[in-house]
Amino acid sequence: MELILAIGIGVLAGSGVWLILRPRSFQVIIGLSLLSYAVNLFIFAMGRLGLGLPPVVDPNVPMDSSTFTDPLPQALILTAIVIGFAMTALFLVVLIVARGLTGTDHVDGREPGQ
Amino acid sequence: MTMPLGHIIILPIVLPLFVGAVLLLFRDQNKVAKAVATGATMAALIVVSIVLLFLTGAGADNGWLGVYLLGNWSPIFGIVLVADRTAAVMLTLTSVLGAAAMIFASARWNGAGPHFHSLFLFLIVGVNGAFLTGDLFNLFVFFEIMLAASYGLLLHASTVAKVRSGLHYIAINLVASFIFLIGVSLIYGVTGTLNMAELAMRAPEIADADRMLFEVGAAVLGTAFLIKAGMWPLCFWLPSAYSAAVSPVAAIFAILSKVGIYVVWRMSLLIFGLETGPSAGLAQNWLLIGGLVTLVFGSVGVLASQSLARLTSYAVIVSSGTMLVSIGIGGVEVAAGAFYYMVGSTLALAALFMLVELIERGRMAGADVLAVTMEAFGFEDEDALPDEEEVGIPIPGKLALLGISFIACALLIAGMPPFSGFIAKFAILTGIIGINAGETGVPIAGADWVAVALLIISGLAVLIAMLRGGINTFWATREDMTPTIGVVEIVPITMLIGACLALTIFAGPAMGYFEAAAAELHNPVAYVDGVVSSTWVPYPGRGALP
Repeated sequence: MELILAIGIGVLAGSGVWLILRPRSFQVIIGLSLLSYAVNLFIFAMGRLGLGLPPVVDPNVPMDSSTFTDPLPQALILTAIVIGFAMTALFLVVLIVARGLTGTDHVDGREPGQ
Repeated sequence: MTMPLGHIIILPIVLPLFVGAVLLLFRDQNKVAKAVATGATMAALIVVSIVLLFLTGAGADNGWLGVYLLGNWSPIFGIVLVADRTAAVMLTLTSVLGAAAMIFASARWNGAGPHFHSLFLFLIVGVNGAFLTGDLFNLFVFFEIMLAASYGLLLHASTVAKVRSGLHYIAINLVASFIFLIGVSLIYGVTGTLNMAELAMRAPEIADADRMLFEVGAAVLGTAFLIKAGMWPLCFWLPSAYSAAVSPVAAIFAILSKVGIYVVWRMSLLIFGLETGPSAGLAQNWLLIGGLVTLVFGSVGVLASQSLARLTSYAVIVSSGTMLVSIGIGGVEVAAGAFYYMVGSTLALAALFMLVELIERGRMAGADVLAVTMEAFGFEDEDALPDEEEVGIPIPGKLALLGISFIACALLIAGMPPFSGFIAKFAILTGIIGINAGETGVPIAGADWVAVALLIISGLAVLIAMLRGGINTFWATREDMTPTIGVVEIVPITMLIGACLALTIFAGPAMGYFEAAAAELHNPVAYVDGVVSSTWVPYPGRGALP
């Protein structure tokens, strides 16, 4: 599972970075989305990985970290998803405005050579 | 929190948040009412932050440390807000700056786009929260609040230039936020905590196998803040974004880069301070080198700028560079000077951003470019010959006022006497020279000499650039010079310069306060103890929870 998750994060992050470095603003926004998925999965992996474990501590069982999933990263990811999503939406709006005002979807607002 | 006044710590966050949210409900046509409400909020924030300044400054060595447990959770589980001297200074700076920018904006800019006042207040929420928060993840949340508001404000009164630079600004800051999250999660994965005080306690005890991961996490986190602070080579977005924003927004943006500096400062001293064993002083050399290169980049940029707004943006980078050099060198004396410099230069930069707009108003487009290119290519001014019949010209009062303010800003930012900029730079330089040679007799390191030289040269560069700009602006032979300026526009500028003047006159007590704040930053034991030992308040009539 660790290997699959690591490869998944790596592929997402790699494609995200490549897309962010592209000159078209739509590619940039898709790159940002992919990167945010990679980061969220990464936060998830930084709490321990486990299968089928509840993110709840049972007060009757002595404290043992292998019996429950760390709930904190899940809370963090929830916040990060909300914020990242809102920011991406905002970026989309700016992107559309830039497209309308400059007449091109190049990130610099003008075609190279213009 | 035992004392009833303790609840004042939450006010810098809750008050602007509440007012900003309420203002959203009203139509934008009620411009005057909205401006009054925002102005009143900013005035209240000034009062609150000054109260905090006195509270935290009380006591001889260890001032009062305000720890506020949100939701009354114990600090291991819950979120804390921490107010110490450093935070109080930054809050005061923010509220003064915010009030000035708000007054300035009420003349015309607040009507140029929707919901200016709410966005402005939310920006203040984010900045204040970043100064007060005691844990890393809420730092992220407040950073995002601050950034979201700043995106809106940067795009305020949209023009093509604003949208174009806004696109870059948002993309870069989004990537920075993701880097921030990667750093936070790495640190959490190693230490299992996000509370900064607890992190400081656990940092020395990290196993050797995990230490590398922890340091990488801290470095990644630091990179995210340095993007905001504008360290070279992470600062290329800054000049175009700051010079594209409308002037009151650019003025309040002057504090945003200082938020990055503040966090780097606090984190590096808290987590990699003296007592943290193997990781102590991590990356301090990199901060020094980065700061030096930033100074060079900023100085060159200032000299090469062809418009005053761009010049001011590069001056922001110079200011960041000075701060980074001071952090990199370390030591309480240097830090105290740097603190003084930070407050003074931020106020002056904000004043200059607003001043530039007034100066540029009514000027013909491209006059700056012409002025610089004339100099560079040796073109003669066509009507350089003086008119024989005219004996002296009357100086319009407004222009004189603008000119005096401009000179004051130039002296403040360049660090020339008699203003606070000089005292601050002097304190930093004596700190650097005295740090090694004074007491121990060890010769001063080569890097320190480079730092001293670059700090002086960067001041000279700023002075030259601003002199040139000033001469070309105020001594130019133009008929249509007197711009229309309202009283509400000149008042905030004089207010900011007056604050710098007060900082100069009361340099003794101010410096004492900054020294105490720097000492507190360098010795985080009180901070850590204060946060970790704080206990939640028992519920009345219920006693302890199960």
